[in-house]
Amino acid sequence: MNVIYIMWLRQLKKYFRSKSRIIGSLGQPLLFLLAFGFGFGAIFKKAGAGNYIQFLAPGIIIMSVLFTGIFSGIDLIWDRQFGFLKETMVAPVSRLQIMLGKTLGGATVAALQGVIVFVLTLIVGFRPHDLILLPVGAVVVFLVALLFTSLGIALASTMEDMQGFQLIMNFLVMPIFFLSGALFPLEGLPKVMDVIAALDPLSYGVDGLRFAFIGAQSVFGFGTDMLVLVVLTAVLLGLGSRLFERIQA
Amino acid sequence: MDVIQANDNIITVSSLAKKFDDFTAVDGISFEVKKGEIFAFLGPNGAGKSTTIKMLTTLLHPTSGQIILNGFNPSRDKDGVRKSLGIVFQDPSLDDDLTAFENMQFHAICYKVPSNIRSSRIEELLKFVELWDRKGDLVKTFSGGMKRRLEIARGLLHHPRVLFLDEPTLGLDPQTRNHMWSYVKDINKKEGMTVFFTTHYMEEADRVAERIAVIDHGKIIAMGTGDELKKQTNSETLEDAFLSLTGHKIREEEATGLDRMRRMGQMWRGKRR
Ligand SMILES: Nc1ncnc2c1ncn2[C@@H]1O[C@H](COP(=O)(O)OP(=O)(O)OP(=O)(O)O)[C@@H](O)[C@H]1O
Ligand SMILES: [Mg+2]
Repeated sequence: MNVIYIMWLRQLKKYFRSKSRIIGSLGQPLLFLLAFGFGFGAIFKKAGAGNYIQFLAPGIIIMSVLFTGIFSGIDLIWDRQFGFLKETMVAPVSRLQIMLGKTLGGATVAALQGVIVFVLTLIVGFRPHDLILLPVGAVVVFLVALLFTSLGIALASTMEDMQGFQLIMNFLVMPIFFLSGALFPLEGLPKVMDVIAALDPLSYGVDGLRFAFIGAQSVFGFGTDMLVLVVLTAVLLGLGSRLFERIQA
Repeated sequence: MDVIQANDNIITVSSLAKKFDDFTAVDGISFEVKKGEIFAFLGPNGAGKSTTIKMLTTLLHPTSGQIILNGFNPSRDKDGVRKSLGIVFQDPSLDDDLTAFENMQFHAICYKVPSNIRSSRIEELLKFVELWDRKGDLVKTFSGGMKRRLEIARGLLHHPRVLFLDEPTLGLDPQTRNHMWSYVKDINKKEGMTVFFTTHYMEEADRVAERIAVIDHGKIIAMGTGDELKKQTNSETLEDAFLSLTGHKIREEEATGLDRMRRMGQMWRGKRR
């Protein structure tokens, strides 16, 4: 057993031990699916854009992965407040290994959350167009999970408290979600929105998952989607290790 | 072996200082700890003991001064320092959502305790602190004393070059306390492990420590064997010596109040600076 594995395992154990957290985190995606999916379905259809639930489901799956991933940062803040972080900080282990372990753990949890929401979408009527492409979708989901978990942990390393994290939620994560094309098609938008969406890393995850799940024409190109997700994740892991090293107890 | 390793000192501290904003918690202290020595750091609440330990163990950056621990400088080679030490913190540091066994296992793997002795060492130590039959229980179901015992067992799990114990026996019953010290002394003898500890139990310090430094207001005000300190102050007991060195004024009230406020602050503000 090595350090990365034990860090990963710890995250997973904590996840499965907090049933209330698992259940609680399903409320929001369900609400979005029902309110948006059924609320806008008719208009969407009238506009000739097809079935909105089909379009929306990949966006909502990605949303839950985004939120769960970012929330891994909160675990770090809890660790700090309950004192366990000191144990990790003095351990003779490279900070990159700590980051990798935590990120893989958090990302696995986020991806599992994505799988649960995927099942929810099936219940409300979503149908993936090609079962062969499901594994491709799983890869996209895991990459998105990795990216936003590493972002959440990097941010939490600079964070004094939960309030700080609340700010991040409002001023970073919400815009990332709403401007990513998770809820609306990226075609035919005003130029400004085009640029903003292209700068939003989540757009590439949403785009990739739509490509895999509903056979949509990829906006950025599937290869670009993957590349952006992988490169950003690597950068954030490096940055996160640096920031983690700077924490003082 | 390089030059620094060649002398007998495993810890060398010179003019070490730590400021929190304008407040000086550690005020230019210098001392050495010999290889294999059991060294006690005594001082009233808020004297700067834990702050010093945090700087020695890479948790805090010194404002100024120099530290060499096992040949490594914590400002430059954190990993070298971390590989050399083990620590039992004064504040809680367990994962409450894991079981006793899982906390031990996590530590054993981080410190690369060889897999062939890992399980037997964990079992030995959990039995030693009488938590073996609770090994599968979540730590959040433990009493304060049980958590403390688990932290001690965890600190002893890998046998480091230098073991830091920051008020390890606080809240423990006398049986467990004696038990713990005989275990620590045993590793100290067998493996030459250096022990650096703090305590507020003076008889404990007198009995266990080979050398004692007394720190107050961030400065070292006396250093020597227990007997030397007693002689220096014409005292019968170490407690009298301590009181005559640090004065009879009660720090407890203000320091504890301050400490509590500080901790509450940390609870809400986080501990990063
Ligand atoms: N992070 C911090 N920010 C501000 N002040 C701090 C911080 N950490 C410690 N201090 C202050 O530094 C002083 C020394 O604290 P320290 O924890 O080193 O004392 P100590 O000798 O370990 O005391 P005790 O016996 O109560 O554990 C105290 O006055 C404390 O309030
Ligand atoms: Mg202290």
